[in-house]
Amino acid sequence: MIEIFRSPNYNFIGRRRIAYALSILTLLAGLGSLGIRGLRYDIDFTGGTLVQMRFEQRPEIAQIRSALSAQGFGDSIIQEFGDPREYIVRLPLSKASSQEVAKKIEQALAAAPQLGKTEIRRVEFVGPQVGRELQLQAIYAVLFGLIGILVYLAARFDFKGGVAAIAAVFHDVIVCLGLLSIFGKEFSLPVLAALLTIIGFSVNDTIVAYDRLRENRGRGSQRGRTFADQMNDAVNQTLSRTVLTSLTVFFSTAILLFLGGKTLEDFAFVLFVGVITGTYSTIYVAGSLVVDWTIYVEGRRRGKKAVARA
Amino acid sequence: MPRNLWLRVGLVVLVIGISLWYLYPPKKRINLGLDLQGGIHLVLGVDTTKAVQNQAERAAEDFRAALERKGIGVKRVARDGDRAFVVELASPGSWNDALTVASQFQTFERRNSDQAAGRFLMAMADREAGQQADLATRGAVEKIRNRVDKFGVAEATITRQGEDRILIQLPGVQDPDRAKALIGQTGLLEFKLLDERTPADEALAGRLPETSEVLYQRRVDRESKQETKIPYVVVKRTLLTGNELTDASVQADPNSPGNWQVAITFSASGAQRFGEITEQGVGRHLAIILDGTVYSAPRINERIPGGRAVITGQFTVDQARDLAIVLREGALPAAVSILEERTVGPSLGADSIRQGIIAIAASSVIVFLFMLVYYKLSGLIADIALVLNLVILLACMAAFGATLTLPGIAGIALTIGMAVDTNILIFERIREELKVGKTPRGAIEAGFNRAFRTIIDTHVTVLVTAAILYNFGTGPVKGFAVSLFVGLSASLFTAVFFTRLLFDMIYMGRRKVTTVSV
Repeated sequence: MIEIFRSPNYNFIGRRRIAYALSILTLLAGLGSLGIRGLRYDIDFTGGTLVQMRFEQRPEIAQIRSALSAQGFGDSIIQEFGDPREYIVRLPLSKASSQEVAKKIEQALAAAPQLGKTEIRRVEFVGPQVGRELQLQAIYAVLFGLIGILVYLAARFDFKGGVAAIAAVFHDVIVCLGLLSIFGKEFSLPVLAALLTIIGFSVNDTIVAYDRLRENRGRGSQRGRTFADQMNDAVNQTLSRTVLTSLTVFFSTAILLFLGGKTLEDFAFVLFVGVITGTYSTIYVAGSLVVDWTIYVEGRRRGKKAVARA
Repeated sequence: MPRNLWLRVGLVVLVIGISLWYLYPPKKRINLGLDLQGGIHLVLGVDTTKAVQNQAERAAEDFRAALERKGIGVKRVARDGDRAFVVELASPGSWNDALTVASQFQTFERRNSDQAAGRFLMAMADREAGQQADLATRGAVEKIRNRVDKFGVAEATITRQGEDRILIQLPGVQDPDRAKALIGQTGLLEFKLLDERTPADEALAGRLPETSEVLYQRRVDRESKQETKIPYVVVKRTLLTGNELTDASVQADPNSPGNWQVAITFSASGAQRFGEITEQGVGRHLAIILDGTVYSAPRINERIPGGRAVITGQFTVDQARDLAIVLREGALPAAVSILEERTVGPSLGADSIRQGIIAIAASSVIVFLFMLVYYKLSGLIADIALVLNLVILLACMAAFGATLTLPGIAGIALTIGMAVDTNILIFERIREELKVGKTPRGAIEAGFNRAFRTIIDTHVTVLVTAAILYNFGTGPVKGFAVSLFVGLSASLFTAVFFTRLLFDMIYMGRRKVTTVSV
């Protein structure tokens, strides 16, 4: 039998203060970047035109820009896309229709002989109306996603557990968004989908650990131990499962990230980050918060008793 | 052996059989999204406001004609706002006669009457305006469908979305510009006389009569590709429209080699009207206008009987052919504009499929090997369950006609990772029970039972998210939600029911079991 953990008994919960510091640091870094650099929204949300093209030979960005300037698109965003011969050009919303913009870009590139032959591989246009609607839909999706999970957690757990699990979810979402911002990746519809999946995944791990905690308490084998120890036992008992599952999902997302192609890159990035932070937050956000909350409540109760006695 | 074992085996065989039946042959059974097979996704907005305006304008014209027929003097009849027109009589004396005319326009309500000034407003009823808007969208859907049919796109989807939107999906279209031009063109052909008393430069300076307007002709220089716009002053009144034509066909342009023209044939009534127009307009110029752009304005030399005309422009043969389709099918009842467009070229789609398959294959191999090495025989069972999971997942997509998109492929890769979670939960539990000293059979029993509650919990949370994604997502994201949802649902069957069955078959027989390979 191969085991990564032989009867693990690590003191996870005992070291939670170090983890709190780490969490707060990452959250601050993420929020800081979100505040200063902000998120780069994809045209799904801002509206605009995106053209993906492949050149016959490697072009210089300056060449592409000068060709586009001839048509008045000099201020467009030009990015290499997964391959040195492949580029995407992004334009903000303008009065011209999608047809005209895409055609003009095509003409501009065709008129620049130094660029060689180009193939237009993808054109996306999102009008202002649709962009606004997609924004709204995104907000609804996140909102309803959170509400759905909250309702489920409320039904399955006590109040403290539910709140702590939600805190863990927020932790994961902020870390993912923060890293998106730090790495300058784009917030698009698929990224949103990945984010929601991560929410589901993060809650998953938390549920597994909680289930174990309650099962142990129900059996009564934990009598006389502190709540922190009980939580630590539950985390340890489910540790190999947590790590193994996270590993398999981690493999899957890593493969998507490195082999899935440029189109899926940002989407896979969020999943990749989310799996890691989701596993971490189960122990160090959800688990630890419940422990400290319980200790705080018990401390006050004891304090009151002491006052009453005196 | 447990009594119902064969029943369970039968159920599994049935599920596998149905799945394979739905999947064969695989290429035809799975719908590929536009991002994988290449094609155009368009959301068009129908300008229903404009359609209602047009209706109001037409009613105003009719009203003026009705007044004139009765010999009532008219000072002004003009559209006022989106859905009303104002009527001003030459003298208040004919007020009562005018009201009789007004009562014949039942879809309009008379408002703001000012008898002393001989003026009132005719406003379209709310219901009528709503109906007109609805008709415009419905008509546009129909016309576009006909055009696309004639253009020849296999498996095109053209559906109405909400009040005034049309969703168009054209898989595998090679020339997106051409398809968009064909679909988005209103195709309103109009014949109007030139206003030869107003010089173009006067008109451009804003000095032109209320009944005239400036329209442009576009000329593209073949060498420099420079576009020039030539202004024409035309009389606003439309004499004849494309509604009156019965046929349109493509011809070589005899006057300009290499260019093509579209010959049109009018219906009987249209031909008669065309004859009258040309008879009355001898010596003047008749502008042929398509969607507000002048194509030509030839001089009328004599009455043209027989109802034939040609539209010349600098058309290529494809452009002429598409214009002929548009004219034959008739103009859209209202202009449409592109609100959203996503075009993927076929080569990009092929690349995406290749990368997607690599990702799924690599992800499968790693997970398979991992399970096999870590859990031995039990791992093998989990791997078989995983294969079954993929088969059921694809079969469900085929059976429900769901579309596989690039994020959908990602969803499958992710499902592979998540589906084994269930088995890991069970196996870890079995190991624990064995450590506590349970017999192999007892451990298996307890492992499955204890893990079950947790399995349900983990599935519900992800299924909730997937359902929400499906509801709020569009296109590709929906595809992701579908494969995640179906994959996880299938994993409840494969990772719990099917795996348990294999365990029972191996360990629950009569022979003595001493170890569990887990």
